[in-house]
Amino acid sequence: MKLNRIRAIAVKEALQIWRDPRSLMIALAMPFMQMCLLGYGVSVDIKHIPVCVWDQQANQDSQDLLKRFQSSQYFQVVGAFDNARAVTAAIDDGRCRVALVIPPDFSARLGDSSRSAVQALIDATDDNTANIAIGYAQAIVSAYSADAWSEALSRRGVPALAQPVALESRVWFNEALESRNFIVPGIVAIVMALVGAQLTSLTISREWERGTMELLVSTPVTPLELMIGKLAPYFGVGMLDAFFCLGLAVFWFTVPFRGALSTLLFATALFLVVVLGIGYLLSVLIRSQLGASQIALLVTLLPTTMLSGYAFPIDQMPGVIQAITYLVHSRYYVTVLKAIFLKGAGVTEIAFPLAAMVVYAGLVTYLAARAFRKTVD
Amino acid sequence: MNDGIIRVEQLVKRFGAFTAVDGVSFDVKRGEIMGFLGPNGAGKSTIIRMLCGLLRPTSGRALVAGIDVARDPERVRGQIGYMSQKFSLYSDLTVIENLRFFGGIYGVKRSELGERIRFATEMAGLAGRETALVSTLAGGWKQRLALGCAILHRPPVLFLDEPTSGVDPVSRRRFWDLIHDMAADGVTILVSTHYMDEAEYANRIALISQGKLIALGSPDHLKHRALGGQLVLVEATRIAEALDTLPSRPGIIDVAPFGNALHVLVDDADRAARELPAWLAGHGIPGARVSRIEPSLEDTFVELVGHRAPVPLVSA
Repeated sequence: MKLNRIRAIAVKEALQIWRDPRSLMIALAMPFMQMCLLGYGVSVDIKHIPVCVWDQQANQDSQDLLKRFQSSQYFQVVGAFDNARAVTAAIDDGRCRVALVIPPDFSARLGDSSRSAVQALIDATDDNTANIAIGYAQAIVSAYSADAWSEALSRRGVPALAQPVALESRVWFNEALESRNFIVPGIVAIVMALVGAQLTSLTISREWERGTMELLVSTPVTPLELMIGKLAPYFGVGMLDAFFCLGLAVFWFTVPFRGALSTLLFATALFLVVVLGIGYLLSVLIRSQLGASQIALLVTLLPTTMLSGYAFPIDQMPGVIQAITYLVHSRYYVTVLKAIFLKGAGVTEIAFPLAAMVVYAGLVTYLAARAFRKTVD
Repeated sequence: MNDGIIRVEQLVKRFGAFTAVDGVSFDVKRGEIMGFLGPNGAGKSTIIRMLCGLLRPTSGRALVAGIDVARDPERVRGQIGYMSQKFSLYSDLTVIENLRFFGGIYGVKRSELGERIRFATEMAGLAGRETALVSTLAGGWKQRLALGCAILHRPPVLFLDEPTSGVDPVSRRRFWDLIHDMAADGVTILVSTHYMDEAEYANRIALISQGKLIALGSPDHLKHRALGGQLVLVEATRIAEALDTLPSRPGIIDVAPFGNALHVLVDDADRAARELPAWLAGHGIPGARVSRIEPSLEDTFVELVGHRAPVPLVSA
């Protein structure tokens, strides 16, 4: 291996990146767009569920209950009706997901817990939202009913009772319970996986298409020198992108960052080698630029979004799928990012995913160097 | 030990059922310019690519600078310069960037690189245009720059695969001057072309057709000895009848149409020039003019292949 040759290739490749607006666009604009799209677009928080009400009682008590719904951040009262048909229509055409029906004898039944009831009609096309809506509605109604109960007791001169059991919860790592804090570090991984493989997926196929490969193959350059020389400038571009994405995560999306910067950079550099290596491998195997870039998109996008655990928790997946996720490179980087960002994990806590990435990087670069044949047939 | 710096023995290359190169053998001496002449698709490029280690031979052996190309292609690559018919420098890089790149991957020492680049730019006539993007250069310049890149590391052997195709005649002439200069310095050059006139600049010519080496020798040898006779031009009014009649006369080896006339291969051109007009008149073709002509390489090619090249050779 000669340093001279690696340097010559790296310089050439850097000049070509600089003079190819398409590569530069991919390299710099794509991460920004993806961070914004995914950072804002992907949220599993359920807030401001639209609610319609049919308040047949319409007095102080019923208004009191509705006010609790209105003031909660989970619900938003969007309409009031006075007949069943209008309520049904509102659910049918999607104006509201939950309809609350308060019976005409709501106040009269209040003192009698066995008989008082409020009806909630729920649009369960999205079962997850429906489940969560039921939970929130139940919580609001129980709080209301506990207050109503103790008020009724105190009116009769009985002092307010403390609840027999109360849950005292302390939320760790993502104190604000913002799904964004959980998701954004994973998005950094997705963006890096996509952009990284795209960057290098063109580098060998471009030489084939422009007819420069034949000349390159006739020179004494070795496959390993070629790979290192070609990946080096893209590694620089990739690290720039990584700084950019991580910066957006911390300063724009205000995800708490608790780990050490050095751990983060080490893990990021490692992941970058993996994704650049995958793009390079595809570029070697597929001799057309379009083909290589399409395949790179396919093999990185789907597994990374579905199986990396960035938004959909891996431990909730069926066993077989969980086993498959161990093959997905971004799974390890997502784990590492979340641990460093939210838990402030050090190298020892994330030793397994780091080791997995080292193995991955070694395997991919070995295969890529092996796959490159210095013949044209 | 043979002094051939390139030795090719029974080289065969098949692509599936198609035999592109069919048992070719030849030697090239140090400092020699060997021309490959043949129509497109004859197998010239395939032979050169095998000699550069770009393609693996199906069978046979090729030695370049004493190294078996199939066994140790990497060592061969340090000994050769290669320039292909498809212009293959980086058009989005400048002249100097291309030269630095190839200097780097050919492993030219940094202390020597400046001097070598200066030599190459001057040779290519590109001094003062070092910062021009290659895509903005005209064909002749690109081609001389490609040659410059291929010789930065002073290779003892140079393979040029149709280096002058698509280049204007003045640039072609200039390019051949460069090739002769390098050969004079002891560089061995194997150059393919489909320009007949160009092939005559080579020391020796290998005629290649349909994957086979059909003749090998100096341009003079090919035009006279390999032809197997002397050539006369027959101009007459009823050319088609003459074409049918002539082969029956003793002393006539072959007859081939040539434009509105005939090229006739005879054992004695002077006798043919004297006797043929009367003989033809006796066969109902009066007023024929017969004159001795210098054979061209194309005549040899046509005679040896038995028919005109499937893709016409260019005699520009």
